[in-house]
Amino acid sequence: MNDTTFSLAAILPAMPEIYLTGAICVLLLFDVFFALKRPERTATFALLLLLGGAAITLATHEFGVRQVLFDSMYIADDLGMLLKLASFVFVAVALFYSNDYLARRKLQQGEYYVLTLTALLGILVLTSAGNLLSVYVGIELLSLSLYALVAFDRDNGIAAEAAMKYFVLGAIASGTLLYGMSLIYGLSGSLSLQVINHAFSGEPSLGLILGLAMVVVAIAFKFGAVPFHMWVPDVYQGAPTSVTLLVASAPKIASFAVAYRLLAEGLGDATGTWTQMLAILAVLSLVAGNIIAIAQTNLRRMLAYSAISNVGFILLGFVTGTSAGYQASLYFTIVYVMVVLGTFGVILLGSRNGYEADELDDYKGLAARDPSLAFIMAVFMFSTAGIPPFVGFWAKLRVIEALIGADHIWLSGVAVLMSVIGAFYYLRVVWLMYFDAPGDRPRGEPRLSLRFVVGVNAAAALALGLMPDALLDVCLKVVRPG
Amino acid sequence: MLVQFLFYAFAAVLLGSAFGVITSRNPVHSALYLVLAFFTSAGLWLLIEAEFLAIVLVLVYVGAVMVLFLFVVMMLDINAEEVRKGFTRYAWLGWLTVLAVAFEIVGVVVVRRMGVDVTRVPVPVAADHSNTADLGAVLYTRYVYPFELAAVLLLVAIVAAIVLTMRKRKGLKLQDINAQVATQARDRVRIIKMAAERRE
Repeated sequence: MNDTTFSLAAILPAMPEIYLTGAICVLLLFDVFFALKRPERTATFALLLLLGGAAITLATHEFGVRQVLFDSMYIADDLGMLLKLASFVFVAVALFYSNDYLARRKLQQGEYYVLTLTALLGILVLTSAGNLLSVYVGIELLSLSLYALVAFDRDNGIAAEAAMKYFVLGAIASGTLLYGMSLIYGLSGSLSLQVINHAFSGEPSLGLILGLAMVVVAIAFKFGAVPFHMWVPDVYQGAPTSVTLLVASAPKIASFAVAYRLLAEGLGDATGTWTQMLAILAVLSLVAGNIIAIAQTNLRRMLAYSAISNVGFILLGFVTGTSAGYQASLYFTIVYVMVVLGTFGVILLGSRNGYEADELDDYKGLAARDPSLAFIMAVFMFSTAGIPPFVGFWAKLRVIEALIGADHIWLSGVAVLMSVIGAFYYLRVVWLMYFDAPGDRPRGEPRLSLRFVVGVNAAAALALGLMPDALLDVCLKVVRPG
Repeated sequence: MLVQFLFYAFAAVLLGSAFGVITSRNPVHSALYLVLAFFTSAGLWLLIEAEFLAIVLVLVYVGAVMVLFLFVVMMLDINAEEVRKGFTRYAWLGWLTVLAVAFEIVGVVVVRRMGVDVTRVPVPVAADHSNTADLGAVLYTRYVYPFELAAVLLLVAIVAAIVLTMRKRKGLKLQDINAQVATQARDRVRIIKMAAERRE
């Protein structure tokens, strides 16, 4: 018990988390002392802190080394570094997109940025979790911050309703998670994933499988996989668009991280028990997400169902139970989050005071009113639909390849079929923008810097599609064949 | 022998009070039953020599959380009839949950019978052994990481609670300290010169 003495060198691999915790406190104080009357200062400072975090993540990481800290609570490896770096960057981009929207709606308060950073801290914790305890604390950190952010626009009844639904369902999911964890703990005698993995290898008992099933339910809820997806459409539609952007982007990385650390890495000897559970979730998500999305008239709601179907794809990679599958999932997650950021960036660009630009009808004839915005949106839609040469195509292809490689022909068939059905509603947006009569919608404001970054985002979707190997190689490197 | 007797006594009271929480019609009674349940579980924890946790349970849950809870229950003036509407309609869902949970509990018990190494009985320790010191030793060494994160979690709760409840409404009655201090006699008292009048 006394062997755990701390020196700076021993906790150095956890520097990103330590830095971010400090940054959160500094930001809180900064907001009070320097930015009470001018909240845009907090916004800029938060962005700088995030970029600093990305730099520190890169600088303090030892490549190719896997370290286990804090009595197996924390795992520092290349995968964790990549996910942390991506989370820092994606959250920074999300904040950059949101600033203008927040300022316009008088939502730009220091607490918004503080809660965003605490959500990010939750994500970071999950990317390195090596113990059920850190998984639980990470999930709670992330969820609690997101509940508050969804309700941030207090005078908006729809947002309050969405937050309430999210909160109540999230609390039930947390309860399920804890119950499952307590079953596993009671039967294996440890919270450390290594020991639990050992208990699962061989012939796992009924109690262990029940516990695992409940943990998987909770993960599925955080992912928003069918049948635990009820909160997703309401939150996507009800929350302020800037919050939807946040909920839709970086937390998906956290979900991937939990699934990977907990199931693929933690319970790697028991793949047989959890891949079947995930296969059911994945197929249901693909089918329900893609088919219900067709019926939506609200773009944000449509993107919510699109998110559900994309989660199905991420889960499919896990179903294979092979490192090729995990690599495909990782690649898919990063690509998906990048494209989703851009899509919501376009919605934010198109919005004005009292006009959200989130109905499908708002996009009728956008090409005539605002050609560059329409083009950018078309790039993102093509990419999500999985049409070559955009990056979304390679992501889907990778997952399907991994499925075939693991002899899941039937599942890959479902995936292809559902992608084709899904392409319909993405292409419908493009159709509305280019081939429909323009309505008398207000034009979004120019906002050049924002437009430039969204443009870069779209260019990245195209460039990564033309040269898919760069990112793919990174994904192949960080997920060790196990 | 005495320990066993105490265990079953506490357990019986605990089960009875837990049953009371969900069956009593008056929410205040439910809350008081819950207090009783906390007290008896604290007693159970004392029996397994977890003194510190037992005391914390009483201090935090009984002393703080439940008192707060009672305040809320009394202030909200919940109409119990209104809440119970649709109870029979959703009862099947409740039964389904009960069945599922019962199934799981039975499952765990059956697994135990099958000879799996379930959590071991704690080894008795010397009378002067400090449970609190043990907890302190692991809390800041083995569990320092989740412990610190739990602290951040509380910070999030504080920030979220403040941002969601502190609002500047119109017509809110607030003290303006500056105005109060700067006030002068002539702002408050009007001195009128008038002829004396006779009372009728």
